[in-house]
Amino acid sequence: MKNKIINRRNFIKGGLGGAVVASQLKGKESQAAGAFDHYPDSMGVLVDVTRCVGCRSCEAACNQEQGLPEPEKPFNDYSVFDEVHPHGGHGREERRTTEYNYTIVNKYNVPGVDHPLFRKIQCNHCLEPACLTSCFVNAYSKTPEGAVVYDPTVCVGCRTCMIACPFYVPTFKYGSAFKPRIMKCVFCHETRLKEGRPPACVEICPQEALTFGKRTDLLEMAKSRIRSNPDKYVDHIYGEKEAGGTAWLYLSPVEFDKVGFDVHVPHEPVINFVRDFLSIVPMVLLIWPALFTGFHLLSNRKDAKSQHDEDNQEV
Amino acid sequence: MSQGKNVQRTLCIIAVGSALFWSGLGYAMDASDAPEVITMDSLENHYDPVEFNHLEHTEMAACTDCHHHTLGIPPTNESCVKCHENSPEADVLSCGDCHLTDRFGIEALATLDDPQLYHRGTPGLKGAYHLNCVGCHQEVGGPIGCEDCHTMKDAGKKMFKAGKYAPVSKGEKGGH
Ligand code: HEC
Ligand code: HEC
Ligand code: HEC
Ligand code: HEC
Ligand code: HEC
Repeated sequence: MKNKIINRRNFIKGGLGGAVVASQLKGKESQAAGAFDHYPDSMGVLVDVTRCVGCRSCEAACNQEQGLPEPEKPFNDYSVFDEVHPHGGHGREERRTTEYNYTIVNKYNVPGVDHPLFRKIQCNHCLEPACLTSCFVNAYSKTPEGAVVYDPTVCVGCRTCMIACPFYVPTFKYGSAFKPRIMKCVFCHETRLKEGRPPACVEICPQEALTFGKRTDLLEMAKSRIRSNPDKYVDHIYGEKEAGGTAWLYLSPVEFDKVGFDVHVPHEPVINFVRDFLSIVPMVLLIWPALFTGFHLLSNRKDAKSQHDEDNQEV
Repeated sequence: MSQGKNVQRTLCIIAVGSALFWSGLGYAMDASDAPEVITMDSLENHYDPVEFNHLEHTEMAACTDCHHHTLGIPPTNESCVKCHENSPEADVLSCGDCHLTDRFGIEALATLDDPQLYHRGTPGLKGAYHLNCVGCHQEVGGPIGCEDCHTMKDAGKKMFKAGKYAPVSKGEKGGH
């Protein structure tokens, strides 16, 4: 069953193949790369999985800060960790971010570890965001502070960003066909980050499992934690290189795939795939409707993948 | 210096004897110098204050498990010994004198611009308390539930959508 599934990244790689034709557009390519200088002082968050106790305070604080809809259960109801979500991320049946939750904490029972581990998910705020580069109407921007933010007024609801994101983060707000809206963590940019304050989740975390700071300082801090506790951490900072580098970084006591991370995310910025893909944009304008339908079908197939061979009749 | 003042300022309940002791003598402290019960309320916001039985804890743990080397006792943590074995008693003892409440504020983050600073990941006060208290409790079987040490106040319930702010059931899976 799994083989039949076209995952989003493979799809983009597939698009790449088709776009090799367009490789004569070299000029455009290098321009795109140059246009993407990193902001050296941009902020980030270091998530230390060894410290998280799964209290869901971050989920609660996020909901309050962002004025998100009422949850199904109170945030201190820990039965959510045992829920099975057929549409979960990464082909697992786990909770994922939705238009109601910009952040989610999931629980992992890892063999050989005598207590459960918890891992927080939210937008990783890539240094070279695939959502941004894949967006035909420039609805996304990366702020100098480090946030990847989104402008709903220009969004046409094509959902390419959802397919481009290597972390399955942006979600689409349904029931608003005429007013499309992508929902995802915005690093509390408008309410906090802009003024140099940490996002709400970081501020509430009792265990300081979330550390806010300059990304460069955080990397140094992460390395020092690994160096002084080599038995406590695996020697890897997830997000230092993944997807070309992300503002949110992670430390873990076990191999990252055991706590829900996709360890196959390429280290090259996803932008490099997308960039080739983008060179077919002029073509896209011609075949937009067909392409659009394609995206739609693909994302439906993705949704349907764990729906146990239930055929997608709408095809 | 001003240790006496510190003690008075920080603690709700404290042995008066300790303050006297403080001002003069130069040797390391023991349990008799410590307060019995401390009401911890400097961060009070989502939760009620914590009644911390200091005396009871001094019977279960070494002073250095919580106070580092700051009492003038060499640290037990082996990753600290190599530099702090001979460190003197610190000028300040209260956790909040070194662990900042506004840990991620602009000024706090700016301290990292000093390349001479050795400790660059010192947790904030909330983090220091929980890493210390919950960390040990996890290992030895003390209370770890969020409401074991402090009950939730109205502000907390509002944030967690708990108690009277609980969502009206949407008829989904039970579990309340
Ligand atoms: C389980 C942790 C723990 C242990 C063990 C412990 N303490 Fe404390 N102690 C604390 C905390 C927490 C405070 C409150 C500090 C504050 O006000 O920020 C405190 C406060 C004090 C104070 C008052 C300091 C001030 O100025 O605020 C003294 C004196 C003290 N402890 C001495 C001792 C001595 C001596 C021992 C060993 C016999 C000891 N403590 C063991 C956690 C501990
Ligand atoms: C490599 C040497 C080194 C190691 C290891 C080290 N420290 Fe330090 N410590 C320092 C230095 C240097 C300072 C002076 C302030 C600074 O630069 O951060 C200091 C300052 C301190 C202070 C403030 C002391 C005061 O009197 O104000 C505390 C508390 C402290 N360290 C705790 C620890 C703890 C706890 C550990 C172990 C987890 C530790 N240190 C490990 C070098 C070290
Ligand atoms: C004199 C300053 C000072 C005082 C007083 C102090 N701390 Fe610390 N504390 C530090 C420093 C500096 C570090 C950083 C050490 C390091 O790098 O691990 C630290 C580290 C910690 C850590 C993290 C240790 C680790 O292994 O990562 C905890 C937890 C902590 N302190 C708790 C407390 C508590 C609880 C109190 C009060 C009872 C307290 N501290 C009082 C300076 C202080
Ligand atoms: C070094 C280990 C250790 C540390 C650090 C520690 N505790 Fe405890 N604590 C215990 C143990 C063990 C018990 C269980 C006592 C029992 O069951 O009789 C306990 C019990 C408690 C209780 C239950 C009521 C009581 O007093 O027996 C509270 C409340 C508590 N601790 C608060 C704290 C707070 C607050 C801190 C941090 C400032 C802290 N503890 C730090 C070991 C620790
Ligand atoms: C071992 C005792 C202990 C446990 C267990 C514990 N805390 Fe705390 N907590 C403290 C102490 C001590 C303080 C400091 C209280 C103060 O100074 O106001 C505190 C303060 C806080 C604060 C900041 C003060 C406030 O009212 O907003 C938050 C938030 C918090 N705790 C959340 C939690 C959460 C969530 C959990 C469950 C994962 C938890 N705590 C479990 C001891 C504990």
